[in-house]
Amino acid sequence: MSTVEERLLPSAEPVRLIDEHGAAHPHTSYQLPSAETLTDGYAQLVKGRRLNDQASALVRQGRLAVYPSSHGQEACQVAATMVIEERDWLFPTYRDTVSIVSRGVDPIETLTLLRGDWHSGYDPHERNVAPQSTPLATQLLHAVGVAHAARLKGEDTVVMALVGDGGTSEGDFHEALNFAAVWQAPVVFFIQNNEYAISVPLAKQTAAPSLAHKGIGYGVPGERADGNDLAGLLAVLGTAVERARAGEGPQLVEAHTYRVQAHTNADDATRYRDDAEVTPWLERDPIKRLDAYLSGAGLLDDARRAAALAEADRVAEYTRVGLMEDVQPDPAELFQHLYTVQTPQLREQAAFLADELAREEA
Amino acid sequence: MTHVKLSMAQALNQALRDAMRADDTVLMFGEDVGALGGVFRVTDGLTAEFGESRCFDTPLAESGIVGTAIGMAMNGMRPVVEMQFDAFGYPAFEQVVSHVAKMRNRTRGKITLPMVIRMPYAGGIGGVEHHCDSSEAYYAHTPGLTVVAPSTVADAYWLMRRAIEFPDPVIFLEPKKLYWAKEEIDLGTPEPGIGKAVVRREGADATLIAYGPTVPVALEAAEAAAAEGRSVGVVDLRSIVPFDDETVCAAVRSTGRAVVVAEASGFASVSSEIVARVTERCFHSLAAPIRRVTGFDIPFPPPHLERHQLPSVDRILDAVDDLQWEDS
Repeated sequence: MSTVEERLLPSAEPVRLIDEHGAAHPHTSYQLPSAETLTDGYAQLVKGRRLNDQASALVRQGRLAVYPSSHGQEACQVAATMVIEERDWLFPTYRDTVSIVSRGVDPIETLTLLRGDWHSGYDPHERNVAPQSTPLATQLLHAVGVAHAARLKGEDTVVMALVGDGGTSEGDFHEALNFAAVWQAPVVFFIQNNEYAISVPLAKQTAAPSLAHKGIGYGVPGERADGNDLAGLLAVLGTAVERARAGEGPQLVEAHTYRVQAHTNADDATRYRDDAEVTPWLERDPIKRLDAYLSGAGLLDDARRAAALAEADRVAEYTRVGLMEDVQPDPAELFQHLYTVQTPQLREQAAFLADELAREEA
Repeated sequence: MTHVKLSMAQALNQALRDAMRADDTVLMFGEDVGALGGVFRVTDGLTAEFGESRCFDTPLAESGIVGTAIGMAMNGMRPVVEMQFDAFGYPAFEQVVSHVAKMRNRTRGKITLPMVIRMPYAGGIGGVEHHCDSSEAYYAHTPGLTVVAPSTVADAYWLMRRAIEFPDPVIFLEPKKLYWAKEEIDLGTPEPGIGKAVVRREGADATLIAYGPTVPVALEAAEAAAAEGRSVGVVDLRSIVPFDDETVCAAVRSTGRAVVVAEASGFASVSSEIVARVTERCFHSLAAPIRRVTGFDIPFPPPHLERHQLPSVDRILDAVDDLQWEDS
């Protein structure tokens, strides 16, 4: 018989269905996803990796102001999107570009924020993707609000809310878990624990046995998964989504992964960690691992591999070309979006700027 | 019958009730707003009438209240949340500044947040530490927020109705010391909408500019000034953001003299903004520099010293006397 505490406790080891050598690991509670799901997932991982690397290149070329890459974390990015339906919502952070693009949002619109044209380039209602949040964990409360409103409206929408390991120290993380638990809101809180909050390692972030344990105090079941194993992530996150949809309330999922690159291009990771620490993680790469499994199972051959790469190249090329265009945002927009009805003060300021610009041109 | 005698708290309650009857997406939540009806009883009876899914208590966490209200507004609701006391609102400040105020702008108008953040506001009730603050400048300084404060019972009703119907987020400051002031009001005759100031008293010699809790004090001072032979008008801002330059400047131009009356500390405040705006626009109509009667630049005082902070009739009359009259 399981006690309440047992129900809330994460499993002793992170759930892993395919190990780093590509071997299947049966699990008592979770099933390996279907072959079709995994091959589709593989293609998305390849696309995500290509997008990460393209975006990083665009920073070096001065086309993006900055890019917080999720290189090495693509399994988390792709799984978060694959387990939810069209009617569900995704609440991403600034590092979750790949997840947003996997959801179907145009990559150029997704990167508008980082190019510096506008704060959010996409329409959040089009694919139910909230604007990327830079303040940490604040968006988790919005996610709870969206989920609670959905329940009040009688909809079975589920909300996938993303946060990093650093974000779990913020007050809003705790308030969000507590509110979601009290309201039994259908939210999956998904922590991508990549071991670093800019330069601060996890050991200086928390004394908890794992981040998944943090759900216990709120009555939210916690679970953890190998963050570089797409199969394990899909099983764990998929189960959490199903439970939330069935009215069983929120769940906390921690993915154990690693930020193999620096926080952003503006960060010097050599100041706070050794290459020796990074190298083993490169061996645990999510794409290599799934490739090995699928190849071994006869589900992936050179032709399919090439097709995945070609599609990834196409998306990268589309992104590169789009972001090479010089876009000049209209300065009048500075005043247009604050209020539904513009205030007299903003009308005056808009007229002032328009006049100043006209004189500059003359 | 549309004529009723109500206190401001009852008028706000009636406004919330009527808004909830008119639109079933209107939701009420916060700390103690359910069974208790709010510590000032502004949400009294709403849970009984509309049920726990429309008016409910939350865990004790202000950031959580405002943050979840954002999500609910994103998903088709019109949340009205209570901060219980102005000075309890600071844990929610990040949500207010980083998200409530910016969401529409960040998303180029794709997400609007029709929500109201209600705050029992300012002093005059002998509240202990952290129960009375005049925090309007923080909100007024944040682009994207609309900030209003009623001063009459009728206005409390109508401003609340308008705030709930408003397409964008509104910070609704409820002057605590006016909660129990009763007035006969006509619910059939709407007050002006958000963004409009009103002249509460006509005057020929000087203009008092006030909002929220200082309007009754200003009216009292104007009455006293009349007894001394000076015709002093009173403009009630009602809406701090947007600011009604037109009504305020028209009043000041007609008198050439003005005093701004506010409870908040004067330094870097709404009152200093008003002086700057009016001076820029009405300089040639002014017969004297605009004076201010504000709180001192100190934390809100303990109850036994509170009266020294709040603008009084005497201080206002002294300020009016200081407006460089030719006969003095």
